[in-house]
Amino acid sequence: MANKKNNKINSAATNGSKYDAVIDTNERAVAIHEHLVTCLVENHPGVLARISGMFSSRGYNIESLAVGTTHDPSISRITIACRGDDRIIEQILKQLSKLIDVIRVVDVSQSSHVERELMLVKVAATGAARSEIMQICDIFRARIVDVHHDCLVIEVSGTTSKNEALMELFERFGILEMTRTGRIALNRGPEILSVAEE
Amino acid sequence: MAITGAEIIVDALVREGVQVVFGYPGGCVLDIFDRINHVPGLRFVLVRHEQGAGHMADGYARATGRPGVALVTSGPGATNLVTALATAYMDSVPIVALTGQVPTAAIGSDAFQEADIVGITRPCTKHNFLVKDVADLARTIKEAFYIATSGRPGPVVIDLPKDVQKAKLENYVYPEQVRIRSYHPVIHPDAGQIRRAAEAIARASRPLLYVGGGAVECQSQLVALSERCDIPCTTTLLGMGIFPGDHANSVHMLGMHGTQYANYAMHHTDLIIAVGTRFDDRVTGKLEEFAPRREHIIHIDVDPASISKCIPVSIPIVGDCRQVLDRLLPLVEPKKHHEWIEQVRRWKADYPLRYPDDDKLRPQHVIRELYRATGGEAIVATEVGQHQMWAAHFWQYVRPRTFLSSGGLGTMGYGFPAALGAQVAFPDRLVLDIAGDGSIQMNIQELATAVTEKLPVKICIINNRYLGMVRQWQQLFYKENYSGTFLGTPDGRAAGASLYIPDFVKLAEAYGAAGIRVARKADVAPAIKEAIANGRTTILEVMVEEKENVWPMIPAGAGVEQMISGLA
Repeated sequence: MANKKNNKINSAATNGSKYDAVIDTNERAVAIHEHLVTCLVENHPGVLARISGMFSSRGYNIESLAVGTTHDPSISRITIACRGDDRIIEQILKQLSKLIDVIRVVDVSQSSHVERELMLVKVAATGAARSEIMQICDIFRARIVDVHHDCLVIEVSGTTSKNEALMELFERFGILEMTRTGRIALNRGPEILSVAEE
Repeated sequence: MAITGAEIIVDALVREGVQVVFGYPGGCVLDIFDRINHVPGLRFVLVRHEQGAGHMADGYARATGRPGVALVTSGPGATNLVTALATAYMDSVPIVALTGQVPTAAIGSDAFQEADIVGITRPCTKHNFLVKDVADLARTIKEAFYIATSGRPGPVVIDLPKDVQKAKLENYVYPEQVRIRSYHPVIHPDAGQIRRAAEAIARASRPLLYVGGGAVECQSQLVALSERCDIPCTTTLLGMGIFPGDHANSVHMLGMHGTQYANYAMHHTDLIIAVGTRFDDRVTGKLEEFAPRREHIIHIDVDPASISKCIPVSIPIVGDCRQVLDRLLPLVEPKKHHEWIEQVRRWKADYPLRYPDDDKLRPQHVIRELYRATGGEAIVATEVGQHQMWAAHFWQYVRPRTFLSSGGLGTMGYGFPAALGAQVAFPDRLVLDIAGDGSIQMNIQELATAVTEKLPVKICIINNRYLGMVRQWQQLFYKENYSGTFLGTPDGRAAGASLYIPDFVKLAEAYGAAGIRVARKADVAPAIKEAIANGRTTILEVMVEEKENVWPMIPAGAGVEQMISGLA
């Protein structure tokens, strides 16, 4: 990861392209890391299929995926968590940029950002366990959104690692069912990803 | 005045400068067919299989540089086109394919002749569209031509539901301009990177140009660069003719079946100048052993995704190849590399492409004779296999757009329809399809198109009764187990023979074409002369040695040091 900070050396490689993060190919790291790639795309039918198709046809894996329209209804924002070494991530960014309906692509995990995933967990909760679960929820700022004699449904949002820590704590009570969204992210500070051309 | 979708489509084609449409009718394109034969100056070529239409559009596009247009119906018509689209996509050929579709209300209902062609062609087209509203039709067609021909070219599909073709639109205006906010193919090359490239060229002592199909408009720039700095030039299969093969600095094709001298040059170079090419596995072989002495790679390409995809590149330049070279040339000082250029010429002299010159009728000899008879003045299309490699080895291509071959996808059955597409574009030029007895059978039905349209393409079938390239691999790597590659004995034409190979002469005659068969070396040259002179679609079937191999060869996944030169 260390050499990632100097990654503008080859900026010409993407001059006029849809994304900025460029990796100097002489210093590429082979270590595999998780990245969060965000795209602004045309809100057209089939765009998601183009993106997921690119991942599957080139053998890249999607760890999580979040899709939704933005405040501009003609634009959707897609956030993809994926793993790979620098070469793979560079190809993913370039191949995404190449899709005609993709307007902008950025690897948000390369700069300071806020990321969240939402999780709903149904936990077995009887007797004394109930209060213990409620205490844990307090600490994690999780909310109980449904109560039943035998179980609780708990809503929590946060980073994947926070949510997983919570899951681990719930495990001994018995997790009956759970579901989570894809991760979403925004850069911190005034920097925005917009469709405006450079 | 109101105008129908079908009328808009035909008008749009004319406004885009389309002169010929290759296609096949069907239920879901009847409205377009009802209009298309009323347009003066727009030629419609009826094919006999939709794959043929796709390859003809492809051959037309490669030979002219203008987009090829195919028109087919929904369902099987469209799926038959898929191989041609994938072929064009791999080789970056601009095609606009119009496919019929069931009416919008029926989409998704498994209607008769319905196929999700937008879904099917998504991974094998540059882009595709489903037009659901006649109001979007004109803009979509404009965008399709723009996308197909700009940046890195490629095929674009427009799926046209039947009701959209029938729908009427008031106030139709064909758009003058196109602007797609998510697509910016015009990339201004970075001046700093071009400067770095010039510095690297000045420092290099063994530079090598490596040129692919993306440099098709760059011949004079490449020759200028090569001559100014003593830089030898190798090309990929699709780069043949872009750098003149008869130039002293040409080292011809590199890679798996490249020349020894091209591969040696790549092995010893300290600076690769890659132009419009993508370091395909058939070029590089084993990546770890590719060009081990290189200090730098300058990679000029219009597609950023091609850069550093297979091989890390130290000086990437994204942009139109000709524009980049035009800006690079003034920064490059003349430089001599006597030792290097001498070394390369010595390799070229010591390891020429060759074959035994004996009494046997060898396939290489046929190509040589074709070249002699034409003086190289022809457009050559090929199918895929051994004959394709011999057509690359024993013909010297000196101009771009004179060698049409499926490089990336390796599509058997490509050459004949591609040759027809080129012949439609250039009725007065000699167009050849160099074919194998296997490949030619994959789109043989287009003989009917050729004869009907009076396209005097010459098909030279190099008949060795084998799927020769696969047989060669079986010989070398599968202990001569010729499983599934033997097509018939020379007497296989006898009634009751277990493996029956068609009589290609009779087949040609059945279609109304001319057929000539040659089985002796001495008869080759006169037969070629006759075929060229007859003014008709002609099959020239040459019964060659059965088990000739393509040499040299670097086995798949190996490096230059494992090259098999073949001949003692």
